[in-house]
Amino acid sequence: MSISNYFETFLQFVSQPWHWSVGGVLLALIVFFMTWMGQSFGVSTSFKALCSVAGAGKRVPFFNINIKQEYWRLAFVLGALIGGLIAATYLKSPEAVDISASTIAYLQSIGIDYSQADTIGSGLVFTELFNYASFKGVFLALAGGFLVGFGARYGNGCTSGHAITGMAHLQLPSFLTVIGFFIGGIFMTYLIFPHLMNL
Amino acid sequence: MKNIPFVLAGVLFGVIMVKTEAISWFRIHEMFRFESFHMYGLIGVAIVVSALIIFVMKKTNMKTLTGHLISYSPMKLRPSRHLLAGAIYGMGWALSGTCPGPVYVLLGYGYWIVAIMFLGALLGTYSYALVKSKLPH
Repeated sequence: MSISNYFETFLQFVSQPWHWSVGGVLLALIVFFMTWMGQSFGVSTSFKALCSVAGAGKRVPFFNINIKQEYWRLAFVLGALIGGLIAATYLKSPEAVDISASTIAYLQSIGIDYSQADTIGSGLVFTELFNYASFKGVFLALAGGFLVGFGARYGNGCTSGHAITGMAHLQLPSFLTVIGFFIGGIFMTYLIFPHLMNL
Repeated sequence: MKNIPFVLAGVLFGVIMVKTEAISWFRIHEMFRFESFHMYGLIGVAIVVSALIIFVMKKTNMKTLTGHLISYSPMKLRPSRHLLAGAIYGMGWALSGTCPGPVYVLLGYGYWIVAIMFLGALLGTYSYALVKSKLPH
């Protein structure tokens, strides 16, 4: 086999979905790297930093921060964007996300056919709902993003900052915030979302 | 230039998020319905291994590259704030199926609709700053 064949085989191997345990260990390596670099791993603060970059500090003192101290975070989210592009280009999974049969059956019961739900077939985004042709989809995407941005700032962190970094530092505030994530998430998933689908 | 390592860490993060399917709306829905161990395993392993690494770094008095000991500035314990803010965030996480990290990864992946979620998140961040003084902290 030539080197390019080996490379091809390697790409095919890593293009399969990764086991959660592998992903968990790799995420911990990122936490280690951030800690070692003297920073604390958290993504949602990048939204605050971007508001500051856009000049929000002139109107609202909350955004009046030393933006240079946030460059590392903006570098990280730029990397995340590039990572998504690389994965989509070279490491695309051969099949759609293999969610559980019970979730597929439940989605069917509220009128969502999983095989059609992501129109590009990757099972990553519910594009049958969230697309530019649908007013409802755009509105719900905006509302969902709004709640994420608002809640993350109010709670001072998101999944990376609280659920991973804060919990790893054994912080009670982070533990309570994560309980809050689940209170809100369960409320949305069970009590609100099925009705939104019927609108 | 000194931020290049952070870009590389971000690239690795993006690839991990895609390949572990943590950026999938359907994985998040499944998680909140407790119908698979996948997301719990992923986040759980990340927490346990990170906690071990941080424990060892602290025990061995390992210094960061900036020359400091490992520290963490804790938040003031305000249970009602944590639960309320967490619940608002959780509703958004469940509805949009994305949290802040995946927003960037999905944009890179080519899901343009996620730009709306990104815009929403910026608006949410800005709105929080406007009403901050009126909220219980």
